[in-house]
Formats: sequence, C-alpha cells, structure tokens
Amino acid sequence: MNDGTGNVDETENDQNVKKIMFVMRSAPHGTIYSYEGLETVLIMAAFEQDLTMVFIGDGLFALVKDQMTDDIGIKGFIKTYGVLDDYEVEKIYVDRISMEERGLVPEDFAIDIEVKEAEEIAAIMENQHAIIPY
Amino acid sequence: MKFAVQVLRGPYNNQASDTAYNFVKAALSKGHEIVRIFFYHDGVINVNNLAEPPQDDRNIFARWTELGKDHGIDIVACIAASKRRGVKEGHIIEGTRISGLGQLTEMTIEADRLITFG
Repeated sequence: MNDGTGNVDETENDQNVKKIMFVMRSAPHGTIYSYEGLETVLIMAAFEQDLTMVFIGDGLFALVKDQMTDDIGIKGFIKTYGVLDDYEVEKIYVDRISMEERGLVPEDFAIDIEVKEAEEIAAIMENQHAIIPY
Repeated sequence: MKFAVQVLRGPYNNQASDTAYNFVKAALSKGHEIVRIFFYHDGVINVNNLAEPPQDDRNIFARWTELGKDHGIDIVACIAASKRRGVKEGHIIEGTRISGLGQLTEMTIEADRLITFG
C-alpha cells in the first residue's frame, strides 16, 4: 500500500508487522490451552511479529521452574519457553496481583519476566493491534 | 470493517461455535468483511464431517459449510490441533480446509479486528 511518501516497500513492510499480545490465562496442565497457546506464539514469532505475552491468573503457573510432569504422564513444555529469547520475544509480563495471590515471587519463574501492575497491563493492551487470549 | 474470527471450543459442548456463527452472519449482513474463520484447540472439531447431530437441533457443521460456500468465506482448522484430535483431510466438511498457524497469523495481520470465541 502506498501511504503517499513514495516508499512503497517500507510501508508494506510496516503493515505486515503488528503488535500482538497473548494473554496467557490457563494453568499449564489440566488443559492444553497454555501449551497450544505457546505454539501460536512461536509461529507468530517466526513471522517476526511484534509480540508481547502477559501472564495473568493461573496462567502464571506455566512459567514456574522445576516442573515435574512425569507423575501425571504429560510431556512438560517449560523448556520450550527458553527459546522465546532466540525468537526475540522479550516483552514477557506477569501480573503482580496474580503473582502475590499465588504466593509466587519473580525468582520462581524459569525465564526473565517483568512484573506489571494491572493498570500498566491495561495500558499496553490499549496499544495492541490484536489481543489473543489462551 | 475487516474481521478475523478465531474459534477455540468444540461444537455443541460450548456456545462459542454458535456465537461465532451468529457474529459472522450479523457482520456480513451489516456489510463487513470476514477475512477468515480459524479453528484452534477443540474448535477444530467444528470441521469434522463424521458427526450426525440430532435432526431436531441446529446442524453446526452444515452451517459452516453453508457460510463457506454461500459467502465464499475461508474457513480453516489448524493442522497441528487437528492431528491431535483426529480431524484430517478427507474427513472434513465441504467448504473448509486444514492448514497451519500461519493462516491465523496472516488473518490477524490483515484484519482490523481479531475476535476470539471460546
């Protein structure tokens, strides 16, 4: 699309990179939502979208380190979170109240996260092209 | 406006499929464009052609086929989610197809709004 600046290619390129936010609400095990949600994040990262992930409610448990899933007969996927950095998915936020309600602290998580207030998360949501809840 | 629609829940078990269908019909009747309907999680069961719902109830599968054929809407079930749930090419309803998460990405980029049901 030509925006009138004459630089068609660059405009088209910008049009194809969107701010997309994943709202991870589900516990990692018990349902597949969290795992399949992560698969979507990886695909969209491969498409070089401008991604943000926010973990709220039981969604936070997906990031807790040292998960042992052998006894429930389920393949764990906490290691997969480690590749997000390689895909340059760096905006990974955790809701402070959700964290405190669950007795978690930032050191409990397997990857680097940033703790945010609900108001801050809302402001980031305002700025997105699309929000995908899993 | 250009809408993209994502459905995450299976038919009958959850209202998401019905609400998504009603939303799409309403949007079309108001002159909006539907970029694509994408089924994910158990939503992929919406394209299974082996289902035989009771005749005195709505046929959710037939409704998707009708939308796909009559309105030329691209209706896609995620291939990875489909494989997990036994939904496969040759056993899907007319007017739909199975493809990858790239289709979800593409429609999200193209649409003005992505609406998720479920």
